[in-house]
Amino acid sequence: MSFDLNFIGILIGAIMASSVPLILAASGELITERSGVLNLGVEGMMIIGAISGFALMVITDNLFLAVIGSMISGLIISIIFGVLTQSLLTNHVATGLALTIFGIGMSAMIGKNFVGIPGKEFPLLFVNLKENIPFLGPILFGHSVILYFAFLLPFLTNYFLRKTKIGLIIRAVGDSPTSASNQGINVTLVRYSCILYGGAMCGLAGAYLSLIYTPQWIENMTGGRGWIALALVVFATWSPIKVLIGALIFGGITILQLHMQAVGLRIPVQLLSALPYIMTIIVLVVISRDSRKIKLNTPTSLGQIFYKEK
Amino acid sequence: MIKIEKRNDVSPSIYFLTPILAIFLTLFGGGIIFYVLGFNPLEALKFFFITPISDLYGFSELLVKATPLCLIAIGLSFCFKSNNWNIGAEGQLIFGGIVGGGVALLFYGHDGFYVLPIIILAGAIGGMIFAMIPAVLKTYFNTNEILVSLMLVYVAKLLLDYLVVGPWSNPEGFNFPETRQFSESARMPTLFDGLRIHAGIFITLITVFLSWLILYKTYLGFQIKVSGLSLKTAKYAGYKGKTMIIIVFMISGACAGLAGVGEITGPIGQLHRNISPDYGFTAIIVAFLGRLNPVGIIFASLIVALTYLGAETAQIFLQVPKYTGQVFQGMILFFLLGSDYLLFFKIKFLGLKKNEL
Repeated sequence: MSFDLNFIGILIGAIMASSVPLILAASGELITERSGVLNLGVEGMMIIGAISGFALMVITDNLFLAVIGSMISGLIISIIFGVLTQSLLTNHVATGLALTIFGIGMSAMIGKNFVGIPGKEFPLLFVNLKENIPFLGPILFGHSVILYFAFLLPFLTNYFLRKTKIGLIIRAVGDSPTSASNQGINVTLVRYSCILYGGAMCGLAGAYLSLIYTPQWIENMTGGRGWIALALVVFATWSPIKVLIGALIFGGITILQLHMQAVGLRIPVQLLSALPYIMTIIVLVVISRDSRKIKLNTPTSLGQIFYKEK
Repeated sequence: MIKIEKRNDVSPSIYFLTPILAIFLTLFGGGIIFYVLGFNPLEALKFFFITPISDLYGFSELLVKATPLCLIAIGLSFCFKSNNWNIGAEGQLIFGGIVGGGVALLFYGHDGFYVLPIIILAGAIGGMIFAMIPAVLKTYFNTNEILVSLMLVYVAKLLLDYLVVGPWSNPEGFNFPETRQFSESARMPTLFDGLRIHAGIFITLITVFLSWLILYKTYLGFQIKVSGLSLKTAKYAGYKGKTMIIIVFMISGACAGLAGVGEITGPIGQLHRNISPDYGFTAIIVAFLGRLNPVGIIFASLIVALTYLGAETAQIFLQVPKYTGQVFQGMILFFLLGSDYLLFFKIKFLGLKKNEL
């Protein structure tokens, strides 16, 4: 019995690990969207983060530099989006798509010489506790520092948005850029900062994939996680805590699907792999049906171009 | 001194000149990227944009790739013009391919002129039905069409994977993930011996013409354009918004489905895992580069098709990954959107006035 319990613990630990990139990317995008900017480039920023993190790890042999570097790369690539949408007032949807297409291509170009190189072992914390405590051990211990950060992040984001002045400013900018601007807030500056923050978090999410989750570089390795992260933000109706819950559900489906394949259940593999996407659609339908409910939380100016006559 | 002023009206010449500016900037940007990666930029650009179309075969390949791109982009222009963000054309293409391919397998061994038209029709209907999912969910459940259409791309890909590995796989195919080769009666006729260019190009051209008719000569086209410019005006004028959303998605899905069926009955000739190199996503760029205008889209599809060919040539000669094409595609869209700034704003270079000195 204790073995079974321990197995469930390991399963939960695996679910947590697979939800980390979703939590990181979605929390970053949540801040961006709260400021009224819809950045569909999550997938592109993630994949750039993944390759830069991995490449830096190979070149410098230093995991700390690799992680920081991936965040900086995500941030740099999001500057393109910032300049276009904020300074040149381009359409958010089209610009974000271009960012994703560009990011996937660029990462493959950079990654050409890094295919097939084995990754480095990422240090995990409290490994002996993980092995000695049944059930709770594999859940709470033996993870990377990024996982602990990811699970803290939604709470930090929640506090930041609700209780701090900057959080209030971001929400004000997202809900009514014109009034915020009249109050003397530099809307463009706030939005730029939120875009860059989102980029850095997506970069980190990518690095988690290429450095820890599947430590190697594979072309297109994010495999649609960026898009799921985007869906998660809507799923969570822009609430950080619900992002955490949603990410765990999606992580759960991913892991469950792997285990069902391993057990050899007679369900087509592809149907199981399609589950997260179908689930997203169903959830979107359920939460969007009540238009008042979704409007209550949606940043009012989401995706709209703000132009201040000088 | 530089002064930026808002333009009161957009001049049509700039409207169609900025895409050309964007293409030049992309070439320049691409040259820089090649230089940074250690290639001779001019030589690399030559491999990318000139070598692929320097012979008749290459030119035919260009048209083979432009055929689906143009078709999908035309369909998308209906959606984008009316502010509906269908970005799941890739899924609609695949689903159209699945339905058309299924019919082709059903007619396996049949001869007769009627086989191909039925397959093509089936493909168009398949794409149309698949596109109606995000449309219906948007109109009746208020669901975000961007996310739904995109999630369906993955569903369609996995469905295709399931079919070609499982029930539809070639019985004599040694378990390769592919179906039988379709019968000759189910294949799109090629136009010239030895070249892959096929009759699908006529479907594309006819669709372009029909779209021009619908968009510029019918009341529906007028409604689509008005809704795109101002949703409030459209509502005030009493247009049936919901019906229109569904119609534009149907048109766009049918076009993507046609593109899918054109691919599988044309150059491919069977179903397998990768029936489209992301044509559905790239067509979004084509639609924008062509300014959502039927004629513009024809030119844009040729240019973007060239990035596909260029990536293939560069893969052989420069050993760069095939995803390099996407770098150029992304850059074109960046520069195009960025240069739109010139449409709405005037940049004036003023001399310093005396009192400022």
